Order: sequence, then C-alpha cells, then structure tokens
Amino acid sequence: MDLSIFLIQCLNSLQYGLLLFLVAMGLTLIFGIMGVINLAHGSFYMIGAYMAYALSPIVASAFGGGFFSVLIIGLVLAVILGYFLEWAFFSFLYDRDHLQQVLMTYGLILVFEELRSLLVGDDVHGVQPPDFLAGVIPLGDVMTYPVYRLFISAVCLLLALGMYYIFTRTRLGMMIRAGSTNREMVQSLGIDIKLLYRIVFAAGVALAAFAGMISAPVSTVYPGMGSQVLIICFVVVVIGGIGSIRGAFLAAMLIGFVDTFGKVLLPEAAGVLVYVLMALILLWKPDGLFKTS
Amino acid sequence: MKLFRTTLIAAAILGFSSASFAEDAKPLKVGLMLPATGTYAALGTAIENGFKLYTKEQGDKLGGRPIEFIKVDDESDPAKATDNVNKLIKGDNVDVLIGTVHSGVAMAMAKAAKESGTILIVPNAGAQAVTGPMCSPNIFRSSFSNWQPGYAMGEVVAQKGHKKVVTITWKYAAGDESVQGFKDGFTKSGGEVIKELNLPFPNVEFQALLTEIAALKPDAVYTFFAGGGAVKFVKDYKAAGLKDSIPLYGAGFLTDGTLEAQGGDAEGLLTTLHYADKLDNAKDKAFRTAYNDAYKMQPDVYAVQGYDAAQILKVGLDAVQGDVSKKAEFAAAVEAAKFDSPRGEFTLSKAHNPVQDIYLREAKGLENPSISIASKALADPAKGCSMK
Repeated sequence: MDLSIFLIQCLNSLQYGLLLFLVAMGLTLIFGIMGVINLAHGSFYMIGAYMAYALSPIVASAFGGGFFSVLIIGLVLAVILGYFLEWAFFSFLYDRDHLQQVLMTYGLILVFEELRSLLVGDDVHGVQPPDFLAGVIPLGDVMTYPVYRLFISAVCLLLALGMYYIFTRTRLGMMIRAGSTNREMVQSLGIDIKLLYRIVFAAGVALAAFAGMISAPVSTVYPGMGSQVLIICFVVVVIGGIGSIRGAFLAAMLIGFVDTFGKVLLPEAAGVLVYVLMALILLWKPDGLFKTS
Repeated sequence: MKLFRTTLIAAAILGFSSASFAEDAKPLKVGLMLPATGTYAALGTAIENGFKLYTKEQGDKLGGRPIEFIKVDDESDPAKATDNVNKLIKGDNVDVLIGTVHSGVAMAMAKAAKESGTILIVPNAGAQAVTGPMCSPNIFRSSFSNWQPGYAMGEVVAQKGHKKVVTITWKYAAGDESVQGFKDGFTKSGGEVIKELNLPFPNVEFQALLTEIAALKPDAVYTFFAGGGAVKFVKDYKAAGLKDSIPLYGAGFLTDGTLEAQGGDAEGLLTTLHYADKLDNAKDKAFRTAYNDAYKMQPDVYAVQGYDAAQILKVGLDAVQGDVSKKAEFAAAVEAAKFDSPRGEFTLSKAHNPVQDIYLREAKGLENPSISIASKALADPAKGCSMK
C-alpha cells in the first residue's frame, strides 16, 4: 500500500467513523442516557431514510422542492413521532426490567416494517443528492471522491460538537444528566422530569431519523436497512461507555479505522474484527472507554 | 332378484363414483414455501404470480387434479426453514413443494425433500449444492445455478480482450459460486483473476475496497451483488470515478429490478442472465401480455421462474396421471421434455438444473435488453452429483 492509497483509506475510515457516529447518536441519547434498551432505533433510522425518499416529490410539488426543506419537514415529523411514542409507550418502560423493554421495542420493529411494506412497498429506492452537492473531487489519478460524503462528515462533526456543548455546558444538559442519575431527586427539585424525558426521547428519534435522511443518498433506501445498522450502533454505544458522547465518538472512529483497514488487510476476518475489538475493549475496560456515572 | 339388481346397481354407482373421486377429484396439494415478508418479499410474490398464471392457463388443474395451495411464509430465515418445511411435508402432507428464493432456506428444503421423497421444484435459489451433492431424482430447479451467469460472463470478458480482472462480492455461497463460475470461464480463455475482494454479507460499506480496486488498476471488474447492495455498489462505483476507467461486469442481478433506484448510474453496464428484456420470441411476448393483464405489472425473471416451475410440474404429472408416488416416471418425463419458456427453450440436465442460453444484456433506461447470447445451452457442471 503506497502513501497516497494509505491516505485515501484513512479518509475512508474517518468518513465511515463519522457516519457511524451520526447513526448511533440517537441511540446514545435513548439507550445511553435514558437507559431504555431501544431495539427500534434501526426502525427510526429506516423511517428517516424512507422520508427522504417519499417526501421529496411531495415537497417538490408543494414548495418547489429543496433539499433543506425536506430535511426540516422530516425532522419535525420525526419529533412528533418521537413525542407520541414516548407518551404512548416508552413512558411506561422506565421502571420496567430490560426484558420488557426488549419485547416492546422488538414489537415496534415488526410494526414499522409492516407499515413500511404497506405504504411504500418492498422495492429498493435511490435518493439523489442535491445538485450543489452532487459533484466529485478528483483523488489521485484514478479515483474521485463524492462531495456529498464530505458534506455528511461536516454535518456530523457539527452535530457532535453541538451535542457535546449542550450536554456539558448548558442547564438543559445538566438537568438531563442529573435525571439519568437520579430521577426522583431531580423531580423533587422542581424539574418536570416527565416532560424533560419526553423531549430527550423525541430528540433521540429525530437524530436517528435525521441520520437516515441525510445518509439516504449514500446508503440507498431498502427493506431491512434498519436492522443492518442496529447492531453496529449498539457496539458504538457499548464500546464508548454507556451514556458518554465523547466515548461514542471515539468508539465510532475506532470502528471506522478497524473496519476499513480490516477489509483491506485481513479480508478473511473482516466480519468479526469489529466484534473482536469490542471484546478486547470490554476485557480491558468493562464499562467501556468513558464510563459516566 | 329385484332387490339384488338394485343393490348391484347402487354398489356399482357408489363404487364408480368413489373410484372416479379418487382418480381426479382429489386435489393436488401444492406447498408454496416462499418469502412473503422481508427483503425478498417482492421476489416471492413474483414467483407465486408466475406459477399461478400457468396453472390458470391449464384450467386450474395439473395432471387431471385440481390444485389446492398451502402457503407458508419462509421469511428468508434459514433458522426457521427446517420447521417450516416439515410442517408442510408432515403436517399438511403436501404432494409437491415449491420454494424458494433464499439459498440457505432452499438447502433445508432440499434436505427434507431428499429424506421424505416429496417432489421439490426450486424456483430461484441458485446454490450449486441443490443440483450438486444434494441432487436427487425428486428435486428439480426451474431457475439457474450461481455458476451459470458467472461462467458466461467469464467468456465475454475474455473475448473483450481484458487480461487482468479483480472480482468483488459478498463472502457467502452465492457470491463465491458466481465468482468461481466467472474464474472457470475467464481463465479457460487465458485471463487472470489478480485479486478476489470480499466483504461480509450483507455489509454495504464498499469504500475501502473501491480504493483497493483503484490501487490495483485492473483491466476490468466482475461483481455479484443483488438488491440494496447492488444499488449501492453501482452508485458508489460511479461516484468513485471508476466506471469510466475500469469497466464493470456483473451477474444479471446487479441491474435486475434495481435500475430505477440506481438512477442512471447503471446505464450501459453489461450483465449476464438467463432472461432479458426485449427477447425476440413469441412465447415471451404472450407471457408478458398475459402477466400484465392478470397482475397489472410487467413480469421479471422471478415470475418466469415461477411460471416454468409450474410447467415442469405439469409435464411430470401428466406422465404419471397425477400420481406423485411414481417418482421414476415423473423424473424420466421431465428429463426428456423441452420446455417452451419465456426465456427461450430449455431442457433439464441429468442433475435437474436448466440447460439454457445465457444472455448478455446492456442496461438501458429502465430495461436490460439482450444484445447477444453469451453462452448457448450452457449446462452446470453439477459437481458432486451422483446422477450424472
């Protein structure tokens, strides 16, 4: 592997790592901070991707189109969905044991898959990136790199910084962190913990859907796409240390590099390398890289 | 005497009617084990539509018996396959099994059918083993083996003058077998596969391997991907700037049912398959019209495979007058028959896999029209089959 190829592979790793972080961010909120085992995370991601596909013609006819109006409308719908789901289902789950959380969120997967099949069908769909991001940048003499992938990376970095800021530097972040440690105490201090959690949950769903919408042009839209990202998202959150945004970011980067170079250097073992990495890290640090308690 | 005569007549009528009941009114139980949910749901529907289109053309009877369908959704889940197939064979006592799309599930069906002796017709799954080591007088396939399109493409790529080729696929049976077919066809004609790239199924993060292809700079790339993976691979290959510098060739599933989602990035890609659009044969035209009338959509290769599965069943059942216990006669009739399929005429090999023309197709708009026949009457080598 010569230097230029090595550098391109590093870029691939970074880009994949950032994409993973983007997809796992919603799970960091719902599973990491709120402590609900949310298997339906992949479904929220899938809903986002299908919204990017299904909303663009509707938005195009109503507002004359626009990539960002689709994103905003999709985000609003996702927040409403998250708010409703928390009110109708998840608010009953905080004090239940993990098995009941697993059962209910698994049920949601089935419901969303069936609804998707009824509403949009079982075909594979492509989503075009907006024109101003559709170009490519030449890389070496043979390859090019799509601008849209770099755009995703930039969006992801911004979101990561924003999340980190909210959680460590603002009053809202403080309340959320306090609520995850001791619910009753926070409530007795006069904070409406129910509303707070409803908002955090809605934000988690919106983040997952946003990840689906923004990665749809790269990932394409197809049945079962949610279950593909689900496991790797849990790996990111667990390696990073449950509840830690910094940890999730680092974990996503690590996985990006291990997966990319694993595919090239150890193709026979590419499928298990990420899980070997997870096992090693958990042996070394059973609570993940950055445990927040 | 009068009483005796009435009894005799009554007995005769009763006997006759019950005999005729046994002969043609007892319905033929056809177990359809196809995916109705999950990634392959659309394929399962197409196969069932094709199958029922043919039985309808035959007046809803095969071998003189009316047909009763018993459906099971196999969910394309190999873990549930053995239970599902046993439910059909032992619980419902089906006479015939039809299924399925997923190779892992089809293998479990073949194993169960081999043990119980139930007639099985596989309408899609291309796993070599079904007509290889698992082959059996009562197991048939109406589709293809993974080796066939790959082998035909190997010959085509060699004829185009490419010497050094990189292959890329998922690391699972279908991908491995397709690449093996390609290697057999390509190296026989003097080409060399310089690197076989793999990634775990169903991983779709191709960027690392595309970079590797750019570094290796081969003359061409051969690939086997299907469904969502095929869409993403073709788009990523184009976005990585490789489409114009390193030509991409693939097994037909790369561009089948995926062209709309690929949105122009697949334009001009060459693929090989046993079916194509714009085939110049009367049977295909009639089939397409009938299918469109019945289901209000255009048929695809899966519908053809379902239709032909029903044709195979009819030929066998006609030879034994609907008596599925006569397996040797059933198999002999099917082996001797020529099937008039929308894909063109085909026969079945000794191992019961189609001996068929493989078309070279070029993606144009939303269709894959045939541009030539890549390999005429191509038979699978059926490695490991004892019936050769």
